[in-house]
Amino acid sequence: MKFLPDQVVARLQTELQTPDLSGTRYRALKFLGQGGMAIVWLAEDSILRRPVALKILSAEKSSADLPARLMQEAVILARLEHPGIVPVHDAGTLPDGCTFYCMKHVEGQTLDHYIGRLGLRQRLQLLQRIAEPLAFAHSRGIIHRDLKPANIMVGSFGEVLIMDWGLARVIENSAAAQQNPAASDEGGPPTAERSPAFSPGLYTTVHGTVLGTPGFMAPEQERGDVNATDQRTDVFAFGAILNYILRDNTTSSDRERGPRSLHAICRKAMSSEMAGRYSTVQELSADLGKYLDNLPVSAYRENIVERAARLIARHRVAVVLVLAYLFMRVLFVLFSR
Amino acid sequence: MNKIVLGLILGGILGILDGLTAWFTPAVRSGIVGIVIGSMVKGLIAGVLIGFFARKVNSLALGIVFGLAVGAFLAWIIAFMQHGYYFQIMLPGAMVGLIVGYATQKYGESSRLQRA
Repeated sequence: MKFLPDQVVARLQTELQTPDLSGTRYRALKFLGQGGMAIVWLAEDSILRRPVALKILSAEKSSADLPARLMQEAVILARLEHPGIVPVHDAGTLPDGCTFYCMKHVEGQTLDHYIGRLGLRQRLQLLQRIAEPLAFAHSRGIIHRDLKPANIMVGSFGEVLIMDWGLARVIENSAAAQQNPAASDEGGPPTAERSPAFSPGLYTTVHGTVLGTPGFMAPEQERGDVNATDQRTDVFAFGAILNYILRDNTTSSDRERGPRSLHAICRKAMSSEMAGRYSTVQELSADLGKYLDNLPVSAYRENIVERAARLIARHRVAVVLVLAYLFMRVLFVLFSR
Repeated sequence: MNKIVLGLILGGILGILDGLTAWFTPAVRSGIVGIVIGSMVKGLIAGVLIGFFARKVNSLALGIVFGLAVGAFLAWIIAFMQHGYYFQIMLPGAMVGLIVGYATQKYGESSRLQRA
């Protein structure tokens, strides 16, 4: 019996893993990663001559509903045109029958790797920027349901993108659909009720199914209470990310950073009761903005000492100038005697 | 608050406080009323000038420099009239100008035209 050389085995393995892109406009370049249901390849769009990322359903993991789920993810992404959400360019089926969609190739680091170099203030400002695309998605009636540092990409120019909308859910009768019912009739984004892509028969998460990431999953997600999930589910995950970035990951002690008001924001966002949370991610972001501006936050009632300290911090230059003036006056009084 | 009004109020208050400190100098204590009134008027003039400048020029650094210069200049006039105490009069005067210059730029509201 003759064994194949290692190089040949490695070559065969690579060939087996490489998606069949024959007859398409894409040429596979590099394997980028693997998710729960799909693999992601860096490819070149031969017509537009640009690098793209192809998310392709894993052949070994194909089941009846996964192609529908991946296609739903593509449709959701196509519906969310925002600088903070990775744009989808194309979707379809490869010659080997695997469902795929093509999106912008984002170069950068995930949030968990990126924040190590940032101070607390910069981390919070970054978090505020993450809130923008999330709020946009909510306004379109879509909740992410898998928000976590690993799903947030910070590009090489500091741009923030929310990735992996594979578990996203379209909230039926969303405020957006109610506010702008004509949008779907005029070529705009289809609503959950009207579009076949969102019809309950195609793909919906079954009640009782637990989807998400432990640590960032809201209690209603952990219970599998799919019908209860709404934008406050993402608010919980956002609070969990805030909690994550408040911890000093650069030290082994994992000690907490930030004052009480910031932890109060975190606690409110991560309240086990949905009613106790911020009702929107904008509210949470506004509270973060108030904290950054040394203003009182809605989540925390400060005592008089904390209030004085905050006011001094907010007007520290003016306080220093007045103190310098008073000090000078005292010196004059002392030396004029 | 309007930058000129803020400058006026702050200049007036700081001018009064500045004048009141003369009470600690026994040699001039008898004329404290005149000193306080003079200091307040000086503060008001400085406040109006600095506030007006802040409305025209929207720059914290320039506002501070202008405030310092106006405060020092007005204090110099007072010291010149007193024939002495240059340091004791000019230093606090310049500091009052600096504080008013900072405050008008930082806390004063721009005019409606500028906001539009």
